[in-house]
Amino acid sequence: MNERLYRSVYRIRRVEEEVARIYPTDKIKSPVHLSIGQEAVSVGVCSALQPEDVVFGTYRGHALYLAKGGSLRKMIAELYGKATGCAKGKGGSMHLIDVAAGMMGTSAVVGTTIPHAVGYAYAMQLRRTKVVTAAFFGEGAVDEGVFHESINFASLKKLPMLFICENNFYSIHSHQRDRQPFANVMERARANGVPAERVEDGDVLKIYAKVQPAVEEIRRTGAGPRFFECMVYRWKEHVGPHDDFDKGYRSREEAETWFQSDPVRRLGALLAPDVRARIEAEVDVEVQDAFAFAEASPFPDESELYTDMFKEVVPWSAP
Amino acid sequence: MERTLTYSEAIREATEQEMARDSSVIVMGMGVDDFKAIYGTTRGLQERFGRDRVFDTPLSEDAMTGIAIGASLAGLRPIHVHIRMDFVLLAMNQIINIAAKARYMYGGAVSVPIVVRSVIGRSWGQGAQHSQGLHALFMHVPGLRVVAPSTPYDAKGCMIQSIRDDNPVVFIEHRMLHAQRGHVPEDPYTVPFGKARILAKGSDLTLVGVSYMAVECLRAQRLLAGVNVSAEVIDPVSLSPLDIETIVTSVKKTGRLLVVDSAWTTCGAGAEILVQVGERLQGQPHFRWQRMGFAPVTCPTTRNLENLFYPNAQTVAASAFALVHDNHKSWVPEFEEASEVVEFKGPF
Repeated sequence: MNERLYRSVYRIRRVEEEVARIYPTDKIKSPVHLSIGQEAVSVGVCSALQPEDVVFGTYRGHALYLAKGGSLRKMIAELYGKATGCAKGKGGSMHLIDVAAGMMGTSAVVGTTIPHAVGYAYAMQLRRTKVVTAAFFGEGAVDEGVFHESINFASLKKLPMLFICENNFYSIHSHQRDRQPFANVMERARANGVPAERVEDGDVLKIYAKVQPAVEEIRRTGAGPRFFECMVYRWKEHVGPHDDFDKGYRSREEAETWFQSDPVRRLGALLAPDVRARIEAEVDVEVQDAFAFAEASPFPDESELYTDMFKEVVPWSAP
Repeated sequence: MERTLTYSEAIREATEQEMARDSSVIVMGMGVDDFKAIYGTTRGLQERFGRDRVFDTPLSEDAMTGIAIGASLAGLRPIHVHIRMDFVLLAMNQIINIAAKARYMYGGAVSVPIVVRSVIGRSWGQGAQHSQGLHALFMHVPGLRVVAPSTPYDAKGCMIQSIRDDNPVVFIEHRMLHAQRGHVPEDPYTVPFGKARILAKGSDLTLVGVSYMAVECLRAQRLLAGVNVSAEVIDPVSLSPLDIETIVTSVKKTGRLLVVDSAWTTCGAGAEILVQVGERLQGQPHFRWQRMGFAPVTCPTTRNLENLFYPNAQTVAASAFALVHDNHKSWVPEFEEASEVVEFKGPF
């Protein structure tokens, strides 16, 4: 299990580092919101899910997409705006999707995919499947009315789903304490009758250990939604590849404890050195392959501008 | 020497001067007090006027718009800033059902003097939900002022007018305009709503450019001059109310009208301008018209499709040339990416 989890978190970290390294070349002409520091949540939760289970995420979605099994090649090609990308180059980093992997999409507008997960779970319940759906969102989404409205309905209907609040403390540059009177996201879930727990230190194993039995209980008994608030820290700037500890809204000291408890390093330390080295070497090859694939792929044909607007092919006349 | 400011600085100066003049003016919105300061447009305002008058908000567009409306009913003049117009969609109930209607449905008993500042447009790869120009949605609704200045001079004058106006104003600013530099007087002044601005004189064709497209129309005008086509360029500045007379007067002279919008064309600002001109000029021979805007699809992120999605100086010039020659001749200048598009680095 540890090997599987480590491969997943290390792979996301390496991908994000490579995106950050490439970004200044302008080959990725689209905003990127990196997951570095937040890998553990996606990996801990998705490892407790089955391939047929479904997740909805946010514009900071690289980790979730990869943890749920989204194609790495298609993700990098999407960032490059290539025709081989998961959205044919039309969506970019903020709109990753891999339906086959149960990664049902991400939105650039905070909070907007939470009700989609609720609706998906409703459909799964209606059709009496055993699929568990998970909504991933940040603590910023808790500011939005749609968060409260969605959780109310999910609780009312006892829907088979997880709410995963990935609390990285900041909405762009605004701290949670400047937007919410109490740091009590969990309690808001409880007030709606949804059992909720917090995992404090972004540890993959702890997240997995808490979420795994919850998922199985939901699947087995139809016990209604569960809520997990997972505390994490965004290492890089809100959008883009750089550090931003010199910008005044947060300090390197604040980040230091999170650097010290880096979940990727902690998990890696649990593995035998040769096992770890083998995993890292394999991942590095895979990451290089994905970037080479993106580089070599063509941009979409100009006719692609007019495809995918409707299910039917519409004979648009270009302006 | 002529004093120049960027478009961003012009908005900032207008806001600062009005806040100094009138203690009822407040600025609220996500990120207005951070180090990026909404492209610099709110820089230093919190330091000068304090955290009560300039404040960051939770991610609660619907409620915060209602809160701005409530504050305005109590006599404040809130400026609510949205770093993407796409986010204003979360506040449509408050803007359309309340702000636009309060004065009328309460029989004139109240005013809602709010300014909804809303940033539109491309930078790079902004894609489906970070690039929309939805001004036509607001133009459709009686009770809202909608302004989209393209020059730093008009940005300052329109912002001051918007703040002083006793009606809700949707103030639209295109990201590619923020760094544009131009003449801006230091003393406060207003630019009245409902007055279009002629940016260049010409005789063969009238080009109307909405928001950033006014800049591309000016570039097209210079390209067209090289092939002996004289284009008049008009910036409507204010979309609601719309100064149709200035445009009609120009079209009576040129006989050709091309409207270029920073938005889709269907039911858009361009459609509205064309039909208002058409209503006044119907029956006149030799009047020809056309509109341009975004391709009728969702905005793609990849650059080659993005360049096809947006109108630009070259496609505007080519359409204008064909329009002037009644489609008997065609000419397409070589495509050249606009400098502000090329120079824009990074997502914000």
